[in-house]
Amino acid sequence: MGLAAEAQFHVLAVDDSLIDRILIERLLKTSSFHVTAVDSGSKALKFLGLVEEEQRNEEPSFVSQKSHNQDIDVNLIITDYCMPEMTGYDLLRKIKESKSLKDIPVVIMSSENVPSRINRCLEEGAEEFFLKPVQQSDVNKLRPHLLKSKVKEVGEEDQVINLSRNDIKEILA
Amino acid sequence: MDVGQMQRQWLDYTRSLFIEGFLDNQFLQLQQLQDENNPEFVVEVVSLFFEDSERILKDLTFALDQQGVDFKKVDAHVHQLKGSSSSVGAQRVKNACIAFRNFCEEQNVEACLRCLQQVKQEYCLVKNKLETLFRLEQQIVAAGGSIPMMELSF
Repeated sequence: MGLAAEAQFHVLAVDDSLIDRILIERLLKTSSFHVTAVDSGSKALKFLGLVEEEQRNEEPSFVSQKSHNQDIDVNLIITDYCMPEMTGYDLLRKIKESKSLKDIPVVIMSSENVPSRINRCLEEGAEEFFLKPVQQSDVNKLRPHLLKSKVKEVGEEDQVINLSRNDIKEILA
Repeated sequence: MDVGQMQRQWLDYTRSLFIEGFLDNQFLQLQQLQDENNPEFVVEVVSLFFEDSERILKDLTFALDQQGVDFKKVDAHVHQLKGSSSSVGAQRVKNACIAFRNFCEEQNVEACLRCLQQVKQEYCLVKNKLETLFRLEQQIVAAGGSIPMMELSF
């Protein structure tokens, strides 16, 4: 675990509320994550797509099959659910539908405790669902998901993600 | 007043804000995110909250003043205020917003107007309280002291 644990993870935070963006950014930074915060789903997709484009431009002669996470360089996406135009759920779906982005773990935040909403997000592939206001203890839960995605890059199987979803389903049942 | 007395005054005042329900645990979370590298974090976030709230309250007043009230819009504004007050720990404002949203659902203009008054009142109260708290903090720091860490057993 040595190397992976010391790596700096890049988290993309998405929230239309400025206060909440500042809070989540501060929470993530105290956990030593590198953070990019945007205020909409469309900006998030642009950021994810743009980075990919830049990478391609830098290496025009490469015909490599690099893992998607390495191209994009975002290790986790944490997004608010209630946003105008594109909800966190819409964003989640778009990410999971994208060949290049689908392996990036996504976490949803919401101020409203709606079981059907939570289930929908988990079923669509969200790793976790945090109730707002998000606490340090919630952010501490992120590291295993990030480490799991690093391990996945090396080709190993990891059960952590499934365990987490089932745990949450059991709690909600 | 010496630094020790000021610090005790700050502690007593902060405690009272929690006991009276103006602030909740989330405010403590904010304080814990403040450190030497981010010494003004709480003031910065709370100032944003003040700006945000004043804008929303203006928009709400306007929206409820219309001939045909757009309750979806009203609810969206209240939802936003509920979110930001919750994020800074302004408990009574948050609770007033929760009540407000119920009446938006019922599309009850009179009740909504009463709720707006209530939210405005709670907002004014917590704003005054927090400004007083920040003034106390400034005095402590100016006298060479440091802000005590809040410890509450809930």
